Amino acid sequence: MIGNILLLSMREIRRNVLRSILTTLGIVIGVAAVIVVVTLGAGTKAQVQTEISKLGSTMLTVFPGQRRMRGAAQAAPPFEIQDVSALRRETAMLSSVAPMSIQRQMVVYGNGNRRSQIVGTDREFVNVRNWDMEAGRLFSAAEEQTGKSVCIIGQTVKTELFKDEPYMGNVLRIGKASCEVIGLLEPKGQVMFSGDQDDVVVVPIKYFQRRIAGNTNIDQIYVAALDDSLVDAAQAEVEMIMRERRPSQPGAEDLFSVRGVQEMSNAFQSSTAVMTGFLSAIAAISLLVGGIGIMNIMLVSVTERTREIGIRMAIGAREKEVLLQFLVEAAMLAGFGGLVGIIIGLTGAMALAPLLNVPFIIQPDMMIMAFVFSALVGVVFGYMPARSAARLDPIDALRHE
Amino acid sequence: MPESDLSAKAHEGPVVSFEHVAKVYGGGEMAVRALDDVSFDIYEGEFVAIMGSSGSGKSTTMNILGCLDTPTHGRYLFKGVDVKTLTRDQRALLRRHYLGFVFQGFNLLSRTTALENLELPLIYRRISKSDRRDMAIEALHAVGLENREHHTAAELSGGQQQRVAIARAMVTNPSLLLADEPTGNLDTARSQEIMDLLAKLNTENGLTIVLVTHEEDMAAFAGRRLVFRDGNIVHESTSQAA
Repeated sequence: MIGNILLLSMREIRRNVLRSILTTLGIVIGVAAVIVVVTLGAGTKAQVQTEISKLGSTMLTVFPGQRRMRGAAQAAPPFEIQDVSALRRETAMLSSVAPMSIQRQMVVYGNGNRRSQIVGTDREFVNVRNWDMEAGRLFSAAEEQTGKSVCIIGQTVKTELFKDEPYMGNVLRIGKASCEVIGLLEPKGQVMFSGDQDDVVVVPIKYFQRRIAGNTNIDQIYVAALDDSLVDAAQAEVEMIMRERRPSQPGAEDLFSVRGVQEMSNAFQSSTAVMTGFLSAIAAISLLVGGIGIMNIMLVSVTERTREIGIRMAIGAREKEVLLQFLVEAAMLAGFGGLVGIIIGLTGAMALAPLLNVPFIIQPDMMIMAFVFSALVGVVFGYMPARSAARLDPIDALRHE
Repeated sequence: MPESDLSAKAHEGPVVSFEHVAKVYGGGEMAVRALDDVSFDIYEGEFVAIMGSSGSGKSTTMNILGCLDTPTHGRYLFKGVDVKTLTRDQRALLRRHYLGFVFQGFNLLSRTTALENLELPLIYRRISKSDRRDMAIEALHAVGLENREHHTAAELSGGQQQRVAIARAMVTNPSLLLADEPTGNLDTARSQEIMDLLAKLNTENGLTIVLVTHEEDMAAFAGRRLVFRDGNIVHESTSQAA
């Protein structure tokens, strides 16, 4: 029977092509929007994952944390260079440890200037960050010892300040200090949560403390575990050493915190989860509106086709068959709208992905869900009109003008 | 209910019979007695004309004959089955398998080809696709509409539309064809053609036909007439021609 009902519904939809298309427009737009958002969202997620692996999945960051003084939260005292040496000395699971102090400062060369990130660290920096040199050399041990005024620049600083001029051996001004460029880092690109990584000038930590910050603080310590599988163990080890060096009141929080890249990624994922929920709500609303559109047209259609329903009943259509025909019509309209929406959505996502610089990733399960859901919308919203069609009295229906 | 339950168990006697049928619309003081006390039998192969002015009860009779309505009092037997005992769906199945309708307003599905209109009752009867097509084309030929298969209702003249409607009513080979003022919307020449066609179907195919009309000329084609007035049969006659 269902085959015949499908045939009858198909003929009905074909009889009124333009109206069928307009009816489904709401569903088409709703589904297309969902597909675009979901596809681009998946692309963004994938890109974040690759960027996290670019940052180095073995990397951990040690922050000074907070302490409570009479109930008020205060920044804990910063690290000192001895903390760095202690970590280097006492750990077995770390491949490298690097101090990190960061400030934004005006960097000047010739007529050009820009505010860039100044990073005070040492040679280990490139190992911890898994970042290679493109040209030049790293700091020597002697330069680190004396805090010599040398620096390594990122790609953005090079292109923005030096343009086509040779950078090697030239002198940059950083605030009131100056330094000689001895190396260039490889391009690293944008990261969602810390901006342009190439907009950076790297100087020896001692130079940074003396000439830029004017103190002996170390803001953070970057450490890298020997291996992916050792990240958790390395974290425990770092925490043990730091607890010894920075004892807190019994029962109080630690005076430091250790965070992995994975935790940053989790934070990002949870923010995307909120975003996804929000967009799903919008999608649900647009499908609801689309469904109401279908119900509206089906109600009009039942009124318009009252006489036809009478003919069908006179010919011998049962209540159930009239009901099913209208239901199937609504479901087919909505399902067809869903299909068109999926195609438009995919096309849109394919066009937008390169503009947003994210990969285009097809989500087959999402597509099936969108299709099934839109057909379901048709059934739900088609039921009321279909029932009113099925309940018509054939005599009245035949008399209907 | 299985559809087979309705298949006539080698029914003897009249195709349909009215036994003291009354139909009352509304209740209390507002009650309208459309049919008062009507009894008649129609046998296989008959061509009966039901006549009367408007309000005489002929339309009500037609609706009851077509199992679209049921009597308030009395019994309406279709092949021996009391239609009042059937459910709405069972009556639909009865129409599907044993009845054909031809209306004054043709009542074809608009924007649908002649062939598709003819297929409609066959689809409800679950006839296979290839058989359906053959039967539809054969029926169109029988009413003289060769080469009109793919014309939609709007592309056909009134006479042609009524031919399609007749083809649709007889394509399932019904036990009873009900024609409600089939020539009401047609000119004299076209009316004549339609009546000739119905008469031919009656004599050549033995199709049982009940015709509702208020025109003497059309009633003349029938072998027997029932004249209604105020809900009763006031006159019954049999023509020599039949």
